[in-house]
Amino acid sequence: MDAKMVDFGGWDMPVNYGSQIDEHHQVRRDVGMFDVCHMRVVDVKGDGVRAYLCYLLANNADKITLPGKALYSAMLNPSGGVIDDLIIYFMTEQWFRIVVNAGTADKDIAWMKQQAATHAPKLTITSRDDLAMVAVQGPNARAKVWQVLPQTKTATEGLQNFQAADCGEYFVARTGYTGEDGFEVMLPKEKVEAFWYALNKVGVKPIGLGARDTLRLEAGMNLYGQDMDESVGPLESGLAWTVDLKSERDFIGKAALLANPPTRKLVGLLLLDRGVLRGHQQVHCAQGIGEITSGSFSPTLEKSIALARVPKDVQVGDTVQVAIRDKMLAAKVVKYPFARNGKGLI
Amino acid sequence: MSNPSNLKYTASHEWVKIEADGTISIGITQHAQELLGDMVFVESPMVGRKLKAREECAVVESVKAAADVYAPVAGEVVAVNSELDSAPEKINDDPYGAWMFKMKPDHAADVAALMDAKAYQAVVDREAH
Repeated sequence: MDAKMVDFGGWDMPVNYGSQIDEHHQVRRDVGMFDVCHMRVVDVKGDGVRAYLCYLLANNADKITLPGKALYSAMLNPSGGVIDDLIIYFMTEQWFRIVVNAGTADKDIAWMKQQAATHAPKLTITSRDDLAMVAVQGPNARAKVWQVLPQTKTATEGLQNFQAADCGEYFVARTGYTGEDGFEVMLPKEKVEAFWYALNKVGVKPIGLGARDTLRLEAGMNLYGQDMDESVGPLESGLAWTVDLKSERDFIGKAALLANPPTRKLVGLLLLDRGVLRGHQQVHCAQGIGEITSGSFSPTLEKSIALARVPKDVQVGDTVQVAIRDKMLAAKVVKYPFARNGKGLI
Repeated sequence: MSNPSNLKYTASHEWVKIEADGTISIGITQHAQELLGDMVFVESPMVGRKLKAREECAVVESVKAAADVYAPVAGEVVAVNSELDSAPEKINDDPYGAWMFKMKPDHAADVAALMDAKAYQAVVDREAH
């Protein structure tokens, strides 16, 4: 597989194998696979793991009670900034699995251990460096995984969206970062090469980081380090839906969020003029200046789209001006996601 | 794909074709389009604009990045290929056919002094290491 490689947080990662746009459509229309071995799996085990996660995370771990059920959450610092975004899987009352971003993994684990030391000293927190991860995404993804791993079919065909099954060596989750159906498969490192080539043999094409980025942007999913980081809170990052401020539950960062109501918000932009929206371009709105956090060309819409952090009173339907080089180009504020499940939504 | 030997080249990855009427056509090389990937937008200079040598005058944007295109020599823009507005992917499909703009050079000698295909290939090879 002839790929163009790039350094991504210390990992040599494929940007694209052939045409990035073709790879994007391949996932929206059929199936593709992503080498996501850089993502870090962390197992948290022991008595009181649920209570610990309820305190550690902005989303409420009490929402997941069905075995295998997953929850997306931000992990905040005491000032309400985002340390990382992650997915937790409830397996048993003694075991939750967490998948964190590559670039933040070491920082995350150190933070988790530090919090456990004071709040849940008996828990064990293990970085599963022995595991690899492959995401198989697209309308035909599940069928292809079952073709290659028929032994997992019984345990995984009844999975809801955002639910996983532990099938011995293979941990199969119906999650992803593309806005399409599919599985993320965690498996022993020594098995990943054979799994990858077996998928390729049944027609699953490899997809690079480039298409991964346009797929997640169309799906309206944040990229850590770009759409949010430790300097900005989840309420200004389009993640209010994942933050539970109503219940009595205390969690790290809650007091700061309550004390500092958001003044900005994340919105979608659709470029009306010709050009391409990119990260860090200034967005001039009637209420003030904002900034694009992620921008690119949407292969599904065949237009340029972006996520932008703007003053909170900017409304869907407003027209704003984006400074691109020496020009000001018109863009419309839209509700995102921009595309999911094979279809444009704008 | 090898770089055509009848063209001239710049270190910033433009190719230059000397036309029969003394004007030059400018595009980006195979190497440049391959690095950038799928093209989605081209911004051409205005016809009539006077350019200095190595002045930024056009932009190509792929899905992944934007790149400036530079005037290979001093001169005036005499035509732009508006076909690329609606079909920027032609740069990927046929980089040496998809000219972006034409110039009337101030001095023909400046064009003659640009790199030939062999010298340009050496630039590309050096970048790869």
